[in-house]
Amino acid sequence: MITLTDFLVVSVMLFCIGLYMIVSKRNAIQILIGIELILNAAILNLVAFGKHDSVNNSGQIFALFAIVLAAATTAVALAIILNVYRKYKTIDPGKINNLKD
Amino acid sequence: MSFVRVLFYFMSFIAIVSALYAASTKNLVRSIFVFFVTLFALAGLYVLALADFVAVTQVVIYVGGILVLIIFAFMLSGKETLNVIQQQKGKFFSMAKLPAILLAALFFIVMINVVLKADADNLGWVKDSIATNNTITPNAVMIDNIGVNLMTRYLLPFEAISILLLMALVGAAHLSRKEAKI
Repeated sequence: MITLTDFLVVSVMLFCIGLYMIVSKRNAIQILIGIELILNAAILNLVAFGKHDSVNNSGQIFALFAIVLAAATTAVALAIILNVYRKYKTIDPGKINNLKD
Repeated sequence: MSFVRVLFYFMSFIAIVSALYAASTKNLVRSIFVFFVTLFALAGLYVLALADFVAVTQVVIYVGGILVLIIFAFMLSGKETLNVIQQQKGKFFSMAKLPAILLAALFFIVMINVVLKADADNLGWVKDSIATNNTITPNAVMIDNIGVNLMTRYLLPFEAISILLLMALVGAAHLSRKEAKI
């Protein structure tokens, strides 16, 4: 039987990899991938705990909500990245240094 | 060691190794495509946690939607991103990455400690749910229960999510349209 702690350890590892990607990468798309990794770590936790709730299914339903929210976030973030690229011709967040006007 | 456990170790190994590769590689295209593998392995982990519907949703929305979007953004932002990668290749990089590695490692130590100290398998409500047979069994069908709950108990969050999704889609369409010439 797989214990809850196993799932939690895997999700901690994924979270730390995502954190490393967000801090170290110099490319907005890879930072977005890091954010997705962190979201997936959170969803893994929700699903693992949701195993112990067969009446209300709260864990699984909120995992579904989190997946949908991640989709919405990604759509907006990619639209912003495309706009930034159109304006600055780069997607390195370190080189984007002025606001509109 | 049971078969399920072997599968669990296999899936988590694939997920973590491919995530590490996506984090360490310099090549943006490889990073995106290896992220595919991570997402599939995570879907497998969801199945092992007895959440098959969430696993299918993960495959449909993440792999079918989000990754295609990311690839689109990469293709549209084009050559410049590859040039940045080429320039970085010659640089001495381990020193610049040191703070990020340190931060991730310290976070890892702290969170592993928290997880091991919390001892999730002996929590009160988890024990209660095992004692009262509230745990999902491998042969139970959960999809109809999820559907009923989604339309009764969780109807308000469901509607809120749908409004938010509409707002996000309108916002994304607004952001990505061509600006009018002034």
